[in-house]
Amino acid sequence: MTMTNSELVVECCLLAGRLMMESGAETYRAEDTMDRMAISQKLTDSQSFVMPTGIIFSGNKTLPTKLVRISSRTTDLEKIASVNAVSRRLVKAEITLEEAYDELKKIENGHRKYPFWIQILAASIASGAFLLLFGNKLEDVPTALVAGGLGYMVANLLEEKTRVKFFAEFFAAIVVSFIATLSVSLGLGLEVDKIIIGSVMPLVPGLLITNAIRDLMAGHFISGVSKGAEAFLTAFAIGAGVALILSF
Amino acid sequence: MSYLFQGILSFAAAASFGILFNAPKKSLLSCGLVGMTGWLIYAVVDQLSNDPVEASFAGAFTIAFVAHIMARHYRMPVIIFSVAGIIPLVPGGSAYNAMRNIVEKDYNVAMEYGSLAFMISGSIAMGLVFAEIITQLYLKVMGRLKLKP
Repeated sequence: MTMTNSELVVECCLLAGRLMMESGAETYRAEDTMDRMAISQKLTDSQSFVMPTGIIFSGNKTLPTKLVRISSRTTDLEKIASVNAVSRRLVKAEITLEEAYDELKKIENGHRKYPFWIQILAASIASGAFLLLFGNKLEDVPTALVAGGLGYMVANLLEEKTRVKFFAEFFAAIVVSFIATLSVSLGLGLEVDKIIIGSVMPLVPGLLITNAIRDLMAGHFISGVSKGAEAFLTAFAIGAGVALILSF
Repeated sequence: MSYLFQGILSFAAAASFGILFNAPKKSLLSCGLVGMTGWLIYAVVDQLSNDPVEASFAGAFTIAFVAHIMARHYRMPVIIFSVAGIIPLVPGGSAYNAMRNIVEKDYNVAMEYGSLAFMISGSIAMGLVFAEIITQLYLKVMGRLKLKP
């Protein structure tokens, strides 16, 4: 095996790990994928150390240890599935290393997402469904539909513009609770609290909380604590936004 | 509320979250199914025991179990099916109440809600891990049985 080839293996593993962590995969899955890819390319004593904010990967004793930074994290299941499919095919030797690297690059650059209006529609449907699941009355559903959809839209647009997630969620919570209080004071809705709980569900970091505890249980303490901190900050931003409106 | 109605609602909620999390198109229906099964188990256990922590454990266990079956069927990572299903169980309501009370400086009530949210998310994580370990054990045993003859 030539030197350049094993360097490509390291690059390929790092790219796969970074894509997975950026799209919200579990820490152990990213480590497992990287190790499997490395072993299939005959780097049998590779070491990977994955955190939500960065990955350290060492191919073997002679290769330089590499580090990549992970600056943004979202939930993108399609990306996880495609990276997983590429690594599976690489391990089974259905594609060569170069092909795998090209495909990973393709996943990184261009990749399918649902149109924005469908996402907003989904957010409002989810808000309405949650409102009813939490035992509220049908009269509040229209408010929750509007508030949930608008809140999600504001959160997404602001995050794109400002790149600060907590600010975006804070503002979205303000929008949601403003719509809820407005509709209740106009007599269109009945219970402010329940409308708000249903409509902030698309923003609440439920996945982060669960993933954090799961990582802690699996022994990934750094990942668990940092994901927990992110979840706490997000929840705090939402709570603060809601409280700001309710205190008037 | 009838279980049929709850089933339809939780299906819609889980499938919508599948879209928000950008799940692959062909997995959306199964995402909804996983979420529906989990929520129905949660609702039944919650009614029997009146304890959201136990009910969340049962729901999460079911979700992870069904998600494993789906994952083997579609050859995709488990997380794709379990994530959207877990969302209805996640203690968004109690986390929200805890945060709201902290911001309103009502710390005692906030502690209560915060602890409940922590317990529920802990039991969800436990349910997920238990189901994963059991399916792994099952696969190992099946693999050995296949090797023997």
